[in-house]
Amino acid sequence: MYKILVREELVPHIHLFKVAAPEVAARAQAGQFVVVRIDEKGERIPLTLADWDSKEGTVTIVFMEVGTTSYRLGALKSGDSIANFIGPLGLPTHMEKFGTVVCVGGGLGVAPIAPIARGLKQKGNKVISIMGARSKNLMFWENELRRVSDELIVTTDDGTYGRKALVTEPLKELLQGTKKPDLVVAIGPSIMMKFCAKTTEPFGVKTIVSLNPIMVDGTGMCGACRVSVGGVTRFVCVDGPDFDGHQVDWDLLFARQRIYLDEEKRSLQQWQCARQTCTEVQK
Amino acid sequence: MAKVSLNRIPMPRQDPLARSKNFNEVALGYTLEQAQVEAARCIQCPKRTCTEGCPVEVDIPGFIKALREGNMPEAVKVLKDKNALPGICGRVCPQETQCELKCVLDKKGAPIAIGRLERFVADWEVANLKAVGAVTKPAPTGKKVAIIGSGPAGLTAAADLAKMGHSVTIFEALHVAGGVLMYGIPEFRLPKDIVQNEVQYVASLGVKLALDSVIGKITTIDELLKDSYQAVFLGTGAGLPMFLNIPGENLNGVYSANEFLTRVNLMKAYRFPEYDTPVKIGKKVAVIGGGNVAMDAARCALRLGADVVNIVYRRSEAEMPARREEVENAKEEGIQFKFLTNPKRFLGNQQNWVTGMECFEMTLGEPDASGRRRPVVKPGSEFVMDVDEVVVALGTTPNPLIASTTKGLETTSHGTVVTDEATGKTVKPGVWAGGDIVTGSATVISAMGAGRRAAKTIAEFLKG
Repeated sequence: MYKILVREELVPHIHLFKVAAPEVAARAQAGQFVVVRIDEKGERIPLTLADWDSKEGTVTIVFMEVGTTSYRLGALKSGDSIANFIGPLGLPTHMEKFGTVVCVGGGLGVAPIAPIARGLKQKGNKVISIMGARSKNLMFWENELRRVSDELIVTTDDGTYGRKALVTEPLKELLQGTKKPDLVVAIGPSIMMKFCAKTTEPFGVKTIVSLNPIMVDGTGMCGACRVSVGGVTRFVCVDGPDFDGHQVDWDLLFARQRIYLDEEKRSLQQWQCARQTCTEVQK
Repeated sequence: MAKVSLNRIPMPRQDPLARSKNFNEVALGYTLEQAQVEAARCIQCPKRTCTEGCPVEVDIPGFIKALREGNMPEAVKVLKDKNALPGICGRVCPQETQCELKCVLDKKGAPIAIGRLERFVADWEVANLKAVGAVTKPAPTGKKVAIIGSGPAGLTAAADLAKMGHSVTIFEALHVAGGVLMYGIPEFRLPKDIVQNEVQYVASLGVKLALDSVIGKITTIDELLKDSYQAVFLGTGAGLPMFLNIPGENLNGVYSANEFLTRVNLMKAYRFPEYDTPVKIGKKVAVIGGGNVAMDAARCALRLGADVVNIVYRRSEAEMPARREEVENAKEEGIQFKFLTNPKRFLGNQQNWVTGMECFEMTLGEPDASGRRRPVVKPGSEFVMDVDEVVVALGTTPNPLIASTTKGLETTSHGTVVTDEATGKTVKPGVWAGGDIVTGSATVISAMGAGRRAAKTIAEFLKG
């Protein structure tokens, strides 16, 4: 069992857990993920690392309530335990001195982009970060990301905070600027990562994205997470999660992310009804 | 002496129609009376050829003798002396090609039903647990062995080494121990309680289980050897699914058998939404392959509510690697077989869901390296099968994680680890390997045999 030491609701429906997992913390690197299973009946879901402390033996995850597992996770309290917390899985983000790197974090993606920005800055890169959210009340970790960036650009879709824009707008301006970035790393909703990749492609700037397909074991055993990159089938859990965004078959990723939409809805509704929080009355 | 009886007692089984709708065990097991009648057929021949046919050398005449004399604790003791996992082996070993094939009565077409008797004795112990004395632990040797993987090879090696007083830790990547016994073989063929009972038995010998521990990620083999372990046994199996590498294989509804079975067995998707993990079930399911895994996947799909399940195999029935018994079970339940058929590509709709499978008809040519006749495409024979779900069960190769993070291991082009067959020793000092990681996908008992042989030489190494 893995104890939740800190639980914080960052913004509505987005939670931070600091979990006691010394073996994971000892080897964690930016870009890797853990597979979490809440209890005997739970699913195994992947969550990208938001932070870790090897001395303290803790790993920090940030997740959004969208389906049964994340809602069930969100219902846990500080002091509760999670049955399984497996990692660090996947390959770490490749870090070296590239020059100028733009780190784009959209929505929940701000959490995993932060340690990557930190790592890239430590390698001597100039890090320009762009963080975006739909609205001001969904924004978190602005200071955390600012601390590990040389510059920070903040956007909201509705203009309630920072610049009223999608993250791709300032990204495009940076690409058009006098000093073209050497690398872009984008983490966020798949659709955002796709459009970041589409934005950078004409400029020929390499763009790393962190893919988030459905997984089961997370160790290369099942192939649920297969994606097509450059026309080759890859397993995100062991060959990724980072890939060249210009090579990803995005439509395939989107389609495969939707495989269990019906089941996810049914499962969540059942869970919410059991907790008497559902709005619809089941016949 | 009475005339030898050739009336092999049949295994009572669930009715095919009923069982095709549930996940309860198909084979129901002998009653004590049935077991003793079957045991009485054993002529207790001095040649003991059955034991020679057993990869872990169970004293088969010995436990059968105790069984027919009604001395059940003794039967358990004799059986478990060589086999830590009798409830598992009694269910999934291919006895017909091993001990039973060597039984002198096999020539008369009625070998002793050794597997069924083994299962009976194992189940008797579970039902009467307290009747058999607690495990007596040997004096500790102070030597530490790390076992990577808790499948049949690892559990067997661990049990043997623990019985000799070595301190053994099994590292398992998944959240439960048992490996393929938990994620691969379905409940109706091998109940998970049986597996966990036998895992608990191994633990009761003093073996420590470290779950959620992905070696290659939390630590490496080299670090284990450097830090505190004198020997390492690799029993990580063959966990990497093979695909056909044909167009459309990434369509929604096309599963690897590993994914499909892991969802159903390990994650209990057959009890969704009580359990959170879902699995899709089509109306028209095709399972590609002819091994036991293909049979398991097909029978799971049927139980989950598919209307039609076809097993699509590129050779003919005679070449199918699956156990005869499992093929018969599948047929009885209504699984259909399309022999001499091989997929060319998968067809899908706008939403990326699989809707069809274009196949070739095949003919059989000359025998290939496996000794089976090579399937050859019949030109111009393409036809489309209507499917809405496909399970690809072509076999598996070892997960590269261990080999890629361990210095000095020798591997083949198939990713299997090279060992000395008799001892399981790899070319790397202090490291042994056995089971599917060495052979590619094979049987539970052959993995157990490899675990046993490795344990023996590890023990000699630790003495030295």
